[in-house]
Amino acid sequence: MAYVAIADRDHALHDPQTFITKYIWSQDHKVIAIQYAVTAIGIGLVALGLSVLMRLQLGFPHAFSLIAPGNYLQFITMHGMIMVIYLLTALFLGGFGNYLIPLMCGARDMVFPYMNMLSYWVYLLAVLVLVAAFFVPGGPTGAGWTLYPPQAVLPGTPGASWGIVLMLVSLGIFIVAFTMGGLNYVTTVLQARCRGMTFLRMPLSVWGIFMATILGLLAFPALLVSAVMMTLDSLLGTSFFLPAVVSMGQPATHNGGSPLLFQHLFWFFGHPEVYIVALPAFGIVSDLLSTHARRHIFGYRMMVWALLAIGCLSFVVWAHHMYVSGMNPYFGFFFATTTLIIAVPTAIKVYNWVLTLWRGDIHFTVPMLFAIGFIFSFINGGLTGLFLGNVTVDVPLSATYFVVGHFHMVMGVSPILVVFGAIYHWYPKISGRMLNDTLGRIHFWVTFLGTYAIYLPMHYLGILGIPRRYYAFGGTTFIPPSAQWANVGITVAALIVAAAQLVFLFNLIWSLTHGKPAGSNPWRATTLEWQTPDTPPKHGNWGSKLPVVYRWAYDYSVPGAKEDFIPQNVPPDEAPGAPAPAAAHGA
Amino acid sequence: MSVSVAFIAVLVGLVVWGLLVRRLTSRPWEAQGAPPEDTAQGGALSVPPAKIGLWLLLAVISSLFGLFISAYYMRMGHAHGDWSPVALPRVLWLNTALLGLSSVGMQAARVAVRRAQTDRVRIYLTAGGLFAVAFLVGQLWAWSQLNASGYFLGSPAAAFFYLLTAVHGLHLLGGLFVWGKTMVRMVPASLEVLDVRSSVELCTVYWHYLLIVWLVLFAVLLSTSA
Repeated sequence: MAYVAIADRDHALHDPQTFITKYIWSQDHKVIAIQYAVTAIGIGLVALGLSVLMRLQLGFPHAFSLIAPGNYLQFITMHGMIMVIYLLTALFLGGFGNYLIPLMCGARDMVFPYMNMLSYWVYLLAVLVLVAAFFVPGGPTGAGWTLYPPQAVLPGTPGASWGIVLMLVSLGIFIVAFTMGGLNYVTTVLQARCRGMTFLRMPLSVWGIFMATILGLLAFPALLVSAVMMTLDSLLGTSFFLPAVVSMGQPATHNGGSPLLFQHLFWFFGHPEVYIVALPAFGIVSDLLSTHARRHIFGYRMMVWALLAIGCLSFVVWAHHMYVSGMNPYFGFFFATTTLIIAVPTAIKVYNWVLTLWRGDIHFTVPMLFAIGFIFSFINGGLTGLFLGNVTVDVPLSATYFVVGHFHMVMGVSPILVVFGAIYHWYPKISGRMLNDTLGRIHFWVTFLGTYAIYLPMHYLGILGIPRRYYAFGGTTFIPPSAQWANVGITVAALIVAAAQLVFLFNLIWSLTHGKPAGSNPWRATTLEWQTPDTPPKHGNWGSKLPVVYRWAYDYSVPGAKEDFIPQNVPPDEAPGAPAPAAAHGA
Repeated sequence: MSVSVAFIAVLVGLVVWGLLVRRLTSRPWEAQGAPPEDTAQGGALSVPPAKIGLWLLLAVISSLFGLFISAYYMRMGHAHGDWSPVALPRVLWLNTALLGLSSVGMQAARVAVRRAQTDRVRIYLTAGGLFAVAFLVGQLWAWSQLNASGYFLGSPAAAFFYLLTAVHGLHLLGGLFVWGKTMVRMVPASLEVLDVRSSVELCTVYWHYLLIVWLVLFAVLLSTSA
């Protein structure tokens, strides 16, 4: 069988020989995962720095002469694009996807290791091209992360000559990298699972990453199409998106292009992108909650179906980002309906997370704190999404701070909390050492409470009608002076939260050498990655023999069992105790 | 947009029904035990991974072309008087025939590889590749003809023609890269046909796929030409 040929041979073909093949041009999924994660976190820190600069300007307008209005727009654009694509997408799929899929499925590696390596290096190239935009004449683009034409390519917008082209090229390169990685992740899940690992025995983390990758493979082409066409508009003078406009007093050479077409293409990618980030977070948080509450995930099969349903529905809601674009109002009605329908499977997931905790043996470990924090933030962000999904409520709130508060809660803070929880959870397996617990708790509480201090007031600012993306507000009558005080408070909170991330970084580096040795399974978890013969796992993951899976990933607190967990690779005759009867009724 | 949505809906539907539904009705919390040794694993498809990888790639490329075609129709629909249809160069018919011959050549190579006829594999594979190169040259000729008759990038319909044919051509170039690598491996006289079997089969699938994409593109362009 083909499967035997890839996964069960004694030695993988690409055994690393030298330092360079082991750590730099490595084809080992674990090394590539770390390369992806370090690069993503590195560029994410740049985006964090940009948000600090933005907050300084908003909290204390005109106090910092180095932030000109054009710079402010550039910071907004780069912050948004980096966070959504180069940090979250790359970290969840390139980082966690690479590390977890082969280990959790019981494979020795990805099925196309060479392409996997290529994927990382092409991703790095995309990041470098993006960063290069800071150093070209005119600087990076200031068009906003949505890059709407015509203003994105017309003079007057910062970076309209070099910056926008570099951004589009970088996105194109990123999509190539993602496609190479994504084909790998999907094929590995389909082909390289170990014996006994049926689809319905896969941990939800793998399910989430698997579905998100499929979404990405189908949705990223829409971004590629819009990037290619806008590059041509910008460089070769075509009129795909650019209408006839008078720009800076001069009629532009373009004629008849459709900006609305760009919005359709962009959001046909942009909305699935939300779920490309959210589904891995959903999956990972399910596993964190189950492990640290010592209880099987509630409604496992329903969780899988909900992931599938959300994935399918995410392709038919894109125009709810475009209610004020002037499109046909009947469209708005249709998309409001689909948007509210997608809340159903999402709510099922939230109920199931809460019911997993119900009467569980909750251990308030640091990963668990982050996982529970995620539930709070996600519910908050999700509820304001119901407001914005309705056309009549959305129209007055469009492009205000309400929107900023909403999507930072649901798509910024929530996935990032899961990222942190996941790092605290898997760091012991990756490095062999525990992260410092006290520093972790400080990091959690400051981040969790701090993000509320940042984003809750933004909802009030939005209801006042304060528009987003403004450099300064001047003497506008409808904005009361107290709004400025809210901005000062938000800025102070943002600075504190940003500082707390330095504690986390310190913890990551310090614990590499000073952390408590973790042992192979510090959380007493059932999934396969904790059952490797070595910690951290060696090349090939499983020593001479692949694991065999006998049960699902959630046998926690099984009545009659010796311990409160039974790993997936323990045969039935070695683990007395029936599968939990409560589990059978739970779903 | 509706083209893309329909495409994705069909694709997702196929995946969900064909692959998952049967498997997603089991009760993992009740069942224990592993399948016997000879069934290899938990339910993977008995297809080589490279083939699955290729089919996934074809789905991604279909999404790409579906979106380009959606954009084409939407741009036409949104146009405010600046849309003037292109008169397609006649040479496109010849090119279509060339690409069809190229596909035939690849298919013949695939048949020969299955029968382990090494010499025929060499001949047919070479022919298939050369016809594809001829197709690309013909496409460039079509560009120059179009350019000569005054359709520049400023005309949106012409810009779309250049764009769609360029994207298709680039995909064919990618295929020719893999084809070239396979040809190099076929040079030694001591060639075992098994070594190239998978490459030839994957190339053939990709070639047929690009032929279908071209036929769809050509039909779309023809139906909207002057």
